[in-house]
Amino acid sequence: MTNTGIAGTPNLEPPAPLKRRLLLNRLMWVGIVALLIWAYFGTEMSFPRLFAGAGESWKLLFGEADRPGSGFFPPDFRRFPEYLEQMLITIKMAIWGTLLAVILGIPLSVLAARNTSPNIVVYTLTRRLLDFLRGLNEFVLALVFVVAVGLGPFPGILALAVHTAGILAKLFSEGIEAVDTGQIEAVQATGASPLQVLTHGVWPQIVPHVVSMTLYRFESNVRAATVLGIVGAGGIGFYITESIRGFDFRAACAIIIMILISVFLVDTLSARVRQRLT
Amino acid sequence: MIRLEQVSHQFANGTRALSDINLALSGQDFTVLIGPSGAGKSTLMRVLNGLVRPKSGKVWIGDTEISRAPERVVRLERRRIGMVFQSFNLVKRLTALENVLLGRLGDMPGWRSTLRLYTKADRSLAMNTLERVGMADFAWQRADTLSGGQQQRVGIARALAQRPQLILADEPISALDPKSSEQVMELLRDIQKRDGIAVLTNLHHLDAVREYAGRVIALKSGSVFFDGSVQRLTDEITRDLYYGETADDSSSHAQSNVPALSTDNQTGSPSFLLE
Ligand SMILES: Nc1ncnc2c1ncn2[C@@H]1O[C@H](COP(=O)(O)OP(=O)(O)OP(=O)(O)O)[C@@H](O)[C@H]1O
Ligand SMILES: [Mg+2]
Repeated sequence: MTNTGIAGTPNLEPPAPLKRRLLLNRLMWVGIVALLIWAYFGTEMSFPRLFAGAGESWKLLFGEADRPGSGFFPPDFRRFPEYLEQMLITIKMAIWGTLLAVILGIPLSVLAARNTSPNIVVYTLTRRLLDFLRGLNEFVLALVFVVAVGLGPFPGILALAVHTAGILAKLFSEGIEAVDTGQIEAVQATGASPLQVLTHGVWPQIVPHVVSMTLYRFESNVRAATVLGIVGAGGIGFYITESIRGFDFRAACAIIIMILISVFLVDTLSARVRQRLT
Repeated sequence: MIRLEQVSHQFANGTRALSDINLALSGQDFTVLIGPSGAGKSTLMRVLNGLVRPKSGKVWIGDTEISRAPERVVRLERRRIGMVFQSFNLVKRLTALENVLLGRLGDMPGWRSTLRLYTKADRSLAMNTLERVGMADFAWQRADTLSGGQQQRVGIARALAQRPQLILADEPISALDPKSSEQVMELLRDIQKRDGIAVLTNLHHLDAVREYAGRVIALKSGSVFFDGSVQRLTDEITRDLYYGETADDSSSHAQSNVPALSTDNQTGSPSFLLE
């Protein structure tokens, strides 16, 4: 379709606002390409190096004939009971880390939801606190807690709890902001106190959301917990580092397989529960 | 006895919803509130139970003046005023019985209610009110699985569980079919007659108004346009009410029966967690 000018002659020039948008669009692409080039240098990225190693991959995976027991395959499950115990500890860490996060997250979410926060100052401060908690990586937190409370699963649990509390409180507060105000007003109209409005008007409405988000974060925490052992914060992660440092790749392979299976089982189970709820 | 004295209200965005309302709801009236859309009927009801704090004027619930009282005091008064809503507003994921028990919250200490430790007396009162509205068989059914008419009857039971002196019903039948509407209106009338609970309701159909009303209060542009027994509500008045000029003209049929007093300002709070 052509744009016809007032005098009847075809108007081939796009209108000014559209022209500005097109120009901005082009500038954006130039910017993106510049960013990618900038990010390339200093990272020692090298595709030739990746493919040069490909020929050796057979040896890497299955070992060399003159060095028995080298390579990743076949996996070495001789210490299976020990691995299993550590895998279960890893899952226990995720359970308690998530639970503590929920306990911390629920009151925080009330303060961080626009419709339940007592005032704008508390609201803003809580939001910033949650941003901060979410910004702290579990791994970094684990390092800090190892220093604070010593090695073992406990610092791992604390690390998961703090990071997850920030995430869950934000997600819960979104649930609170989406509640049906009619139901809230009806509870208020009975003469209920603010706390009772929360426990009897808001809570029943957000339960499915809370449970579903909690399970979702639990799945993610099981994955995160598998590597916390690398910094001494408990669980199976320690055994991965240990076996790789000792060049016992077949043991490492067994552990990785166990992690994959456990994560798969936890995800499937938890996803099934979440589906039931909605 | 509930009285409004020179009540005016303006929302934060500048909308003037009520101007200089004087009325008294005494004892056992079945009062119907009418008026065009936007006249301030819902706002008036929310002023009566303190959910909206009027900008000026006084709201007397018995001997307590609530327009400037602390939230805690308003809450205590609110327990004796039940509210029924157009969209029922049951807490959807709770059972019918649990919804009726919400009517007991105001009289429960916080920790008991948090743990849902309702007393035996409260539970049997809730069950009795469900029976009163003909919904005892549905006590254990989740609210969102009930039909509209059934939900509204549970809503009335919730109001009754408060042991109210007044029930405010904001368009209780607007979302219902004719048969359910009739059931709900008969129920409200029966509650007013037998239990001696004053009812203030807001209806859109004049047929229903003539059928159920004892007293009629008409609002137009936030002012009382007519206040009197339903027999005095002529066709001419209703025509003026819905199709006439704005209420500011001299044709108002209202009679003020409350003496004027001094006024003061008080704004409501936006968050329900605010004290
Ligand atoms: N929370 C609010 N903020 C701002 N303005 C409001 C608010 N609630 C109501 N109003 C305005 O106040 C006026 C009166 O509203 P109200 O809901 O009381 O009318 P109503 O008589 O109940 O009307 P309807 O019959 O349509 O329900 C309207 O102009 C409305 O837009
Ligand atoms: Mg209304």
